[in-house]
Amino acid sequence: MKEKHPGTVDVLVIGGGNAALCAALMAREAGASVLLLEAAPREWRGGNSSHTRNLRCMHDAPQDVLTERYPEEEFWQDLLKVTGGMTNEKLARLAIRESSSCRDWMRKHGVNFQPSLSGTLHLSRTNAFFMGGGKALVNAYYRSAEALGVRIRYEAPVDRIELENGVFRAAWVGDERIAARACVMAAGGFESNREWLREAWGQNENGEWPADNFAIRGTRFNRGVLLKAMIDAGADMIGDPSQSHCVAIDARAPLYDGGICTRIDCVSLGIVVNKHAERFYDEGEDFWPKRYAIWGRLVAQQPGQIGFSIIDAKANGRFMPPVFPGAKADTLEELARQLGIDEAAFVRTVREYNAACHVGTFDHTVQDDCHTEGLSPAKTHWALPIDTPPFRGYALKPGITFTYLGLKVNEQAAVHFSDVPSPNLFVAGEMMAGNVLGKGYTAGVGMTIGTTFGRIAGAHAAAAARQGESHAIA
Amino acid sequence: MQSLEALAREATDLAAGRNLPALNADEAEVGRILQICNACRYCEGFCAVFPAMTRRLAFDKADVHYLANLCHNCGACLHACQYAPPHEFAVNVPQAMATVRARTYSDFAWPAGFGKLYRNNGITVALAVAGGLALFLVLALMVQGTLFHTPLAGNFYAIFPHNLLVSMFAPVFLFAALALGIGVARFWREAAPGAASGAAIAETTHDVLRLTYLDGGHGQGCNNADDAFTLARRRYHHLTFYGFMLCFAATSVATLYHYVFGWEAPYAFTSLPVVLGTLGGIGLLIGPAGLFWLNLKRHPEHGDAAQKPMDRGFIALLFFTSLTGLALLAGRDTPAMGLLLAVHLGVVMGLFLTMPYGKFAHGFYRSAALLKWAIEKRRPNPVGVGNDG
Repeated sequence: MKEKHPGTVDVLVIGGGNAALCAALMAREAGASVLLLEAAPREWRGGNSSHTRNLRCMHDAPQDVLTERYPEEEFWQDLLKVTGGMTNEKLARLAIRESSSCRDWMRKHGVNFQPSLSGTLHLSRTNAFFMGGGKALVNAYYRSAEALGVRIRYEAPVDRIELENGVFRAAWVGDERIAARACVMAAGGFESNREWLREAWGQNENGEWPADNFAIRGTRFNRGVLLKAMIDAGADMIGDPSQSHCVAIDARAPLYDGGICTRIDCVSLGIVVNKHAERFYDEGEDFWPKRYAIWGRLVAQQPGQIGFSIIDAKANGRFMPPVFPGAKADTLEELARQLGIDEAAFVRTVREYNAACHVGTFDHTVQDDCHTEGLSPAKTHWALPIDTPPFRGYALKPGITFTYLGLKVNEQAAVHFSDVPSPNLFVAGEMMAGNVLGKGYTAGVGMTIGTTFGRIAGAHAAAAARQGESHAIA
Repeated sequence: MQSLEALAREATDLAAGRNLPALNADEAEVGRILQICNACRYCEGFCAVFPAMTRRLAFDKADVHYLANLCHNCGACLHACQYAPPHEFAVNVPQAMATVRARTYSDFAWPAGFGKLYRNNGITVALAVAGGLALFLVLALMVQGTLFHTPLAGNFYAIFPHNLLVSMFAPVFLFAALALGIGVARFWREAAPGAASGAAIAETTHDVLRLTYLDGGHGQGCNNADDAFTLARRRYHHLTFYGFMLCFAATSVATLYHYVFGWEAPYAFTSLPVVLGTLGGIGLLIGPAGLFWLNLKRHPEHGDAAQKPMDRGFIALLFFTSLTGLALLAGRDTPAMGLLLAVHLGVVMGLFLTMPYGKFAHGFYRSAALLKWAIEKRRPNPVGVGNDG
């Protein structure tokens, strides 16, 4: 056993993304000595936070980069809608209210905000964008933490937690024992643990293991080691391991860290077929920003976990430019050949769709009257025939953003064992987001939860460390 | 909507069996990177490059040249990039842009063959200075037989007659201005954005004089050694630029004195040309010294390392122009004035000779790119992307 850091640290923070950094900064500001353990090497630090771009914020009047108002009740109703009620109102409202006041603190630690990016006008009211995105935010927090004297160790993945009747004693990195008076866990979900994903998604009726074909949109370091350790330690859990934020991304996306740019945003402008060249869902059900998060699961349920988004020349340029060029052909047959799907079946599907289109007045900014009739599944809006070459096709596969399984918490972000809160073990970020966001998603809410509960966990960990110390002296 | 102009251009080119000029490897790398950036857009707030990018769906040669010169190499987007190395996408915008930018100086250069001087620019600058020094030292020897003389009370023209100096510097300066002007005009015409409105010109002037895009978009400055922001690069640029302009003003005022009023040098220490020159000289010492220090500390992934000799050569030229000028002022009443004068004139000649074929060009190309942007942004966006989550 090595004792690398003699003396017990007040607050140990496990993790290196937004929630962990917020916790570390708050604990340090409260006067605690803080050690932060990031599993990744420095160049990959920050976890999924490096891929984020904004924070959903409540505000009662226009505020610097935020337009109009987004009151607590509306935010809460949005959350209620996307989660279908799988949320804890008390904790959700806590996060919502915190989101209205945390930005000055964020600025103090070097985070810069900017108005919503081009192509995201619909978020200008509700979401404050980080200038440069999440990695710029992560960099700012690390700089601030270092300046304040938070000790940071990279490549320090925690394997297990030493507990004594629900009280945190130490964390283990390999054979090194790191003791602390209090601890905040903010080490992310388990989305990059392929085996766990495989087990959670199981085997389908075709004998496939769907999760084997998923890409992970974020960090490769969220392996869920602490989540598993806490399950084994008997902590109270929340959420379903098979639930995850899952979107349809370009099938050529890298296995990890593809981030935002691998999204394919032309689904509602054309049709989507599976590998048998059959349509399987209403592509025009609702505006794309409200529907993109269901398409990962839809594609995951198709054979081979693959889909093909098909558009014609009329759609080109009406959506965010994709990161990879699509297959491009002047005939449907050639496009099918390039995509590796059955030509005859594909041409038949497109012809049936084209014949069923009732074209009214196309308008992508409203739920227009262009729809199909007598087709199953129907396309209920933006249905224009696919008839103008060049045709383009993009292969889609499911991309996991994060998982929902987490640790149950109270308003102090304390970990619970059989409904009893731990006096000195706290949790923040993806590891507990499921308390507020049991399923579904709305842009920027992950950062709202991470920031709020990171700050709460940090403050309470510092208080717990002080208390532990005075008990020890007494 | 796809850019109608781009579609029309594509159709016309196809019909005519004509292809757009092929991108070279460096330009193709910028195109590859911008395709990724255009699907991400997180960096839109930093500078003009990214808003200009979002007005395009594809990037041809002219687009790449324009955006490369619009990039101020501030480094902000590299440190903020989720796709920067070691990510397999290996996105490094400032580096890709810098590589293309140097190529544009050389490709647009006039006369064409002289464009090569941008490559191995350290040698170009060294040779120009060595030549300038040799020229004036030999001249001084020829004129007076020795480099030292009895004090002449600062009368330069006793050593090098006024008309001789004019006949040597005026053609070199005019050639430099012409060569640079033709190069920048070629860059402008490659994709002319249309007529400049008064507002566009005013905005460009503001952005050039204030170096707006070295403020990071948030006012805290750009990156140099790491992901922290610093205003040092902007301030040292200002000291250098305004120092240079004050020296230029000093020379202009002296020219007026000479030709209009018939007042011949030397001028008193309290005279306008000397005061302007001294103030400018001080700026031109501190500014380049600071820029050199920043250049030494620069993050290794910023910009194109192959261009460091060009950057440092230019910085050194400016610094020594000022240093030798101030030394001449200090020693103008001593027997060493002739030597000091020859050295100063030699360095200035080196600066003038390399003006159109060195780092000096970056200010002109970037100003032209900023004016293109100021014109372009006032036109309707040809790409109507409005759908995102």
